[in-house]
Amino acid sequence: MFVTEAYAQSTTTEGAVTHDAAAGEVHTETGVAQEGGHGSGVFPPFDTSTFASQLLWLAITFGLFYLLMSKVVMPRIGGILETRNDTIARDLDDAARSKAEADAAIAAYEQELAAAKAKGNAIASEAREAAKAKATADRTAVEVSLNNKISAAEARIADIKTKALADVGAIAEETATAVVEQLIGGKVSKAEIASAVKASAK
Amino acid sequence: MAGDKVDPVHQFVVNKIIPIEIGGIDFSFTNASLFMVATLAVATCFLYFTTSTRSLVPGRMQSVSEISYEFIASMLREGAGSHGMKFFPMVFSLFMFILTANMLGMVPYFFTVTSQIVVTFALALFVIGTVLVYGFYKHGLGFLNVFVPSGVPGILLPLVIAIEVISFLSRPISLSVRLFANMLAGHITLKVFAGFVASLGTFGALGIGGAILPLIMTVALTGLEFLVSFLQAYVFAVLTCMYLNDAVHPGGH
Repeated sequence: MFVTEAYAQSTTTEGAVTHDAAAGEVHTETGVAQEGGHGSGVFPPFDTSTFASQLLWLAITFGLFYLLMSKVVMPRIGGILETRNDTIARDLDDAARSKAEADAAIAAYEQELAAAKAKGNAIASEAREAAKAKATADRTAVEVSLNNKISAAEARIADIKTKALADVGAIAEETATAVVEQLIGGKVSKAEIASAVKASAK
Repeated sequence: MAGDKVDPVHQFVVNKIIPIEIGGIDFSFTNASLFMVATLAVATCFLYFTTSTRSLVPGRMQSVSEISYEFIASMLREGAGSHGMKFFPMVFSLFMFILTANMLGMVPYFFTVTSQIVVTFALALFVIGTVLVYGFYKHGLGFLNVFVPSGVPGILLPLVIAIEVISFLSRPISLSVRLFANMLAGHITLKVFAGFVASLGTFGALGIGGAILPLIMTVALTGLEFLVSFLQAYVFAVLTCMYLNDAVHPGGH
């Protein structure tokens, strides 16, 4: 298909040349002197005279290319990709480990905080209890001493009272004696007066 | 009209640059050889220098190299499994070589290495030869299972085997002709349309007006040809992976 197209092109565009060249190159139908008078005039990709050279140079260049790829370039790109994957994996591991550490630190902190709170509460309640106990003890001591003082005072009052009451009897007897002496001028026995005072004091 | 202006085949002519002859056989260093060397140099230098910093976070150019590498790696792993990864350097070299040769061919006045049937056929034979050698080396006669698909009724077996053998034999031809014909046809079409632009341009104002259409076509075709250049390298690599799968897992289809 491409061959015929190319042949058609050659014959139409260079028909005039064909006539001139035909004398020299009767063995090829399209004996067109292709540009620059290159050799046989067949369609260039099918020009077998160039095959050996192309094959040799292809083998050299592609072989060298294959070697360079497999020995230099591909290990390098593979290495880059591997390093990157390793780095990413390592960074992720680091991040996960850091997170675990942070979580552990937070947990430890919470625990410490709870322990400290509990300890604080314990100290506070202990102090409160101690203070309460001391206050109670102080109060009882004060109460006891007050009660002692009160009972001492009461004893004294009772004492004074009885003494006073006793004096009152004596005074009343003396007064009664004096009064009776003044009124009736006679002597009244002490016993009578005492019984009379007693009777009226009742 | 000058013949050299519109002859679309001229670009495929192989010219000797340094004549070399060994044992009566012409091994001259030609423009084809020059562009093979150029392909080798461009592809190797690109891959080598873009990865020379070995950056952990790749730049644009390093990304291109890495993407090519991973692209071929995943293609081969999907096509031929993890056992096929021993052919990674081969498939990667083929892909990069063909891709670079095709892309270099898109530069005006550059020779297209892959537009020569002998080059593409040699590459295809290299692939099929690798399949055959590795297949028989690894599996012995068991490699012949590749011609016997499983689950085929006994009566149909001879017919199916014949078809499989023919399809196997046609592989190097289809593999090479596909690449060759695509590059050849594309470059000829480009040249023809570009030639129209030049020749119409010589016919005065009307001709210049009329040359716009082929100019648009040339621009569009250039874009298409870049796509084809990549696509053919890709297709060659994918088919190589499929054929290598036969060598790694004969009878596995």
